This record gives sequence, structure tokens and C-alpha cells, in this order.
Amino acid sequence: MSAIYILWLRELKRYVRSRAQIAASLGQPLLYLLALGFGLGPVFQKAGQGSYFQFVAPGVVSMTILFSSVFSGIAMLWDRQFGFLKETLVAPVPRIQIMIGRTVGGATVAVIQGLLVFVVAIIAGFRPHHWVSFFPALLFMMLIAIVFAALGTAFGSIVQDMQGFQLIMNFMVLPIFFLSGALFPLENLPKALVIITRIDPLTYGVDAMRGALISNIQFGFSVDTIVLCLIGTAFLTAGAYLFSRIQL
Amino acid sequence: MSAIRVENLEKTFGDLTAVNKISFQVEKGEIFAFLGPNGAGKTTTIKMLTTLLNPTSGKIELDGLDPTIHRNEARQRFGIVFQDPSLDAEQTAYENMELHGVLYKVPHKLRVQRTEQLLKLFELWERRNDYVKTFSGGMKRRLEIARGFLHTPKILFLDEPTLGLDPQTRNQLWTHVKSVNESENTTVFLTTHYMDEADRVAHRIAIIDHGAIVAMGTPQELKQQTNSESLEQAFLALTGSTIRDESATSQDQLRRFAQMWRK
Repeated sequence: MSAIYILWLRELKRYVRSRAQIAASLGQPLLYLLALGFGLGPVFQKAGQGSYFQFVAPGVVSMTILFSSVFSGIAMLWDRQFGFLKETLVAPVPRIQIMIGRTVGGATVAVIQGLLVFVVAIIAGFRPHHWVSFFPALLFMMLIAIVFAALGTAFGSIVQDMQGFQLIMNFMVLPIFFLSGALFPLENLPKALVIITRIDPLTYGVDAMRGALISNIQFGFSVDTIVLCLIGTAFLTAGAYLFSRIQL
Repeated sequence: MSAIRVENLEKTFGDLTAVNKISFQVEKGEIFAFLGPNGAGKTTTIKMLTTLLNPTSGKIELDGLDPTIHRNEARQRFGIVFQDPSLDAEQTAYENMELHGVLYKVPHKLRVQRTEQLLKLFELWERRNDYVKTFSGGMKRRLEIARGFLHTPKILFLDEPTLGLDPQTRNQLWTHVKSVNESENTTVFLTTHYMDEADRVAHRIAIIDHGAIVAMGTPQELKQQTNSESLEQAFLALTGSTIRDESATSQDQLRRFAQMWRK
């Protein structure tokens, strides 16, 4: 347990200490939130869907968590080749504990990032339907963070170079974000898009977040929760397996 | 019982044989140098000895334990300083020691006591609360070696620990390693490209080339065997003077990339 704790603490310390990185990683979500949120507002309103800013804010918070948690896993790339990862891999600690410490650490950081964006959204005018709904929302933020931190660890265990990293960013993480319904409603989509959005794990996270915060839900909380838990378990298992097989 | 026993150890990557059925033994308390040109198989051997890489075939015993089976028990018994730095640059020297101590389950009181003792020995105590990223190359190396000794390992592996350090730092580093080797009877297994270091520090030397051990003995024996005056001459006599070019791997690219960003 102490090994998990100290590795979790390390992720947290690294995050808190890199203020420049905190600011930098908030840039993109804020751009989506403010530029799209207010820019597409009038069109959305005309289409009779209400406030786009209200609609997109839970999506952008989910996006922040997605990027931050996958990134924390892939950042293992640095630790891996010449850095700190070796120090942990030769330590007399079962690999699974190292994997859990890193993954939960990355997920914690991602939730903090999500909360920061959430606070900015509130300052910019986002209003949840009930303030108590913050607590279920936080729960779903954690679920999303765990799912994608585990995915990040799985990727981080196999990616060897910067090119691989770019490949994953462009062909996995960005599609997961854009095809999740974070930016658009899931109703009346073309058939192909319906199928793709249904197999995107983030879809269920965004749906639950919207359900919790603005009472706008497609699949229902139980479906969302079950899907996220199942996928989370699958990713954690895959991550643990791939991490245990790392050879340097 | 020897500290390290290796029998017919082999590692192949596809059709490339990196380590070709080598055998050797290192006695307890011995300082053993493993020398060879680039790409000879030194690092691959160390990786297999330290559970980072699974051997293709052959047998390893560390302090009587097979590290491919009793992984964690074996890991508890050795410390390692890698060719590339493996410190966490975003944490302080003290935090790096603490993290290591926790991972190796060193009891809290002993950890605090040994951390102080080792940081003082390696002249880092004054800088214990500074981030490792502010340290010079020599200080980082010293910290890594101090960290390697923290859990009182029976065997310490040093993979080119003095690469890129100035003569003063190198000198001081070996003095420290020798003093801990004597006071704690730690077995030291090292690789280096500096023949004078090996000559001065090592009790015994093995020379490896193209994945096979071509000579083994005390520095004196190797010199006599090749009628050389220095170990460097002996080394060249044994391994030839062709230059080995390793092809750049993705790891080298990353290393360069990291150097750009890390200064």
C-alpha cells in the first residue's frame, strides 16, 4: 500500500509544482468553452435547443479529464526510456502496485484539472440545475478519469517514441473526444455516426455528466454507470497486463 | 556462495545475438568490472541481471536466488545506477531518497538515519531540499549512487556511472564507492569505458566483445596475458581497434530530444 501511496503522491506533487503546465493545459479547454460556447450559442438557440454554453460546459469538463488522464499515462514515455520508470521497475514491488499508483495518480490530477475548468465555466455563467448535483457529477468525473487513465497506462506501456505518441493523440484521443457528443447532441445523427458514438466510452461519461448537471440525459444513469465501470475494468486489466510486460 | 553466478546466459533479439552464452562468477565483496566496446552486450547483461529483461536461455543467481523466478526477493538484494539518469527531477534530493526507501520497504527510522548518513557521505546534505533538476551531472550521479546504497543492497550494479563527468568528480565518486564497498562489504558490478578507472578500482575484470567474454582476470593478469603496459592496451589487444557503430534507436532519438528540453 505504501508503494501505491508514494507513487500517487509523486504524480500529485509533479502536477502542483508545474504551474506553467497547469496554465498551459487549461488553454485548450477554455478555448473550446468560451469560443464554441458563446460562438455557436446563437445558432443553437435558433435551432430551438436552448443555451449552447449550458450544453457544452459538461462536455468540455469531460474533455479536460480525457486529455489530462490519457496524457498522464502516455507521459510514461519520458519516464520509460531514460527516466524514473526504471527505478520503479527494479524496485521489489509488484508491478500491479506501481501501475495502480501511477494510474490513480494520473486520474486524480485529471479530476483536479476538470474541477478547474468547471470553476471557470461557473464564473463564465454556467449554472447547474441543482447545486447538489455537483456531487454525482464529481463521481462521474472520477469514473471518466479512471477509465482513461487506465487507457493511458495501456498506451504508455506500448508506445516507444514521439511518433507513436502523435499517432495515439490523433487517431485515438481526438476521435474519442470529437465523437463523444461532447460538442453536439446525439439526436438525429446520421446512421454511421450513431454507431460510432455508441462505441465511444466517453459518450457515456458526457451523457452522465450532462444528466447530473443539466438534467439532459440520453441513456440513463444506470446504463452510463454500468458501461463506464465495465470499460474501466477492461482498460485497467489491459493496462495492468501491458504494464507487467514492459521490458526495457 | 558467490554474489553473482551466471551460466550460459544468452539473449537474442530476432536473429541478433546480443549476449552469447556467457558464464562468470563474482565473489562477495568483490568489485568486478565488465568492459567492452559499444554494443558488446554490457548493458543487455546488466538488464538481465536486474530483472529488466528476460534471458533467452541460461541461468542467473544473485545471492543464491534466481531473479527470473524470485523477482522481488532478488530486487531487494541489489541496487542499480543506470547509464541514463533515473531520478525524478521534479522532486528534491531528499524526496527521491524517501521514495526509494518506501519502495524498498526500509523502516522509517532507518530510512531517515541512512538518508542523512549517505547524503552527507556523498556531499549532498546541504542541497537535500533542492529540486534534482537544479543539480549538475555530477551531483545527480552522486545522488543516484547514494540512493542505490540506501536499502543496504548486497550487490550494487553501476552501468557507466562516470560517463560525461569531469576527472575530479569521477575520482571522488570511486572513492565513495570503494569506501562503502569496504565498510558494508557490498559487491560491486560495474561497466565503464574508462580503462584507468577499472584498473584502479576493480579487483577483477571481464572483457566482453560481440556478446562473448574474451578474457577475465585481475587487471595485472590481463596486462601480463597481452604483454601490455596499460589496461587500455590490453583492452585494444583483446578487442581489436575497429570502431563499432551502433545504429541510432528510437531511444537515442528520445535521449537527444530530452536533452534539448532538459538542458
